[in-house]
Amino acid sequence: MSREEHPCPLDPDKVIERYFLEHRAKLIDLAAFLDRIDRAGGDRDDFRIRTMMRGIRELATEEPGRARRVQEIFSDQSREPIDEAPMKGAMGAPEESAE
Amino acid sequence: MYIDPHVHMVSRTTDDYERMALAGCVAITEPAFWAGYDRSTAQGFFDYFRTLTETEPARAAQYGIVHHTWLCINPKEAEDLGLAREVLSIIPDFLKRESVLGIGEIGLNKNSRNELKIFEEHVELAKSHDQMILIHTPHLEDKLKGTRIILDALENAGVDPGRVLVDHVEEHTVELVLDRGFWAGMTLYPDTKCTPQRAADIFEMYGQERIWINSAGDWGPSDPLAVPKCQQELRARGHIEEMIRKVSFDNPLKFLSQSGKFKTARGD
Repeated sequence: MSREEHPCPLDPDKVIERYFLEHRAKLIDLAAFLDRIDRAGGDRDDFRIRTMMRGIRELATEEPGRARRVQEIFSDQSREPIDEAPMKGAMGAPEESAE
Repeated sequence: MYIDPHVHMVSRTTDDYERMALAGCVAITEPAFWAGYDRSTAQGFFDYFRTLTETEPARAAQYGIVHHTWLCINPKEAEDLGLAREVLSIIPDFLKRESVLGIGEIGLNKNSRNELKIFEEHVELAKSHDQMILIHTPHLEDKLKGTRIILDALENAGVDPGRVLVDHVEEHTVELVLDRGFWAGMTLYPDTKCTPQRAADIFEMYGQERIWINSAGDWGPSDPLAVPKCQQELRARGHIEEMIRKVSFDNPLKFLSQSGKFKTARGD
């Protein structure tokens, strides 16, 4: 289906001006989180952290659509229903994360 | 002025009704959902449905907000097929009540076979009683898979997609929903689902047809004022008032009015 895009009305400079500090802080939060795992002797091979590192690599790509692709990286890509729900909540990343 | 078409006021204080009214809320719809624990009997759901159809409308009316509801047993309690079917059997009597708009929020949680069975039985209930449907899509890593399964099941059941709202869409699911003719809802949450900024991005990328925003305020981290905060984000970006009104008032009004029961405090 074709769909009309409605560009962000802000000037490019204004977009950066408005959102830069907020996202600079989020990036530093992320770096501090990874440092915290190291200091705690945590498992950098945890499936959630491995998936997160794939998402971080996606941020450095040039093609628009990064948010959607990062969402897909954090998604279970299987297609069939499972036999029984193992829990109520979600972990935030699929346990079988394809590289 | 706005409509919050998905908010769990049973989990909120009366102060929140006042704050929402002050922020311009004129109507809400409250889908049945998980209480944070599994209810042990159908009688527990009967009492919950009375709360949704009697207590909450009266509480909302004190602040000039019209309250509506959707009924179901949610997918988190669908593994027990016997209990789920017992709850399904008590829903038809409630559908006659003035503020009940349809069946919801139904869908999947962990994408299990029993969840899918009970989802399909809800869809059949909606079809047999000519009811609209509000869909819950799963959380986080389960959302993409669950959305695909739900959309396939809805199409297999032959429901009219124009009378179904698929909620909690994000960047990776919004196009799937809109391209198949369904309505889409974006939920504005602090940590999961969409932020007001990302919802604004999605409006810019996918347009403003058949899509709305809601707070889904509940007992977890959530914000019953999320819709006016998204309005403010759109305003700050320079979007015109007509567009802001469309996604936060006109679109919910258009979809919900198909029920024949929906109204706002303004008399819409």
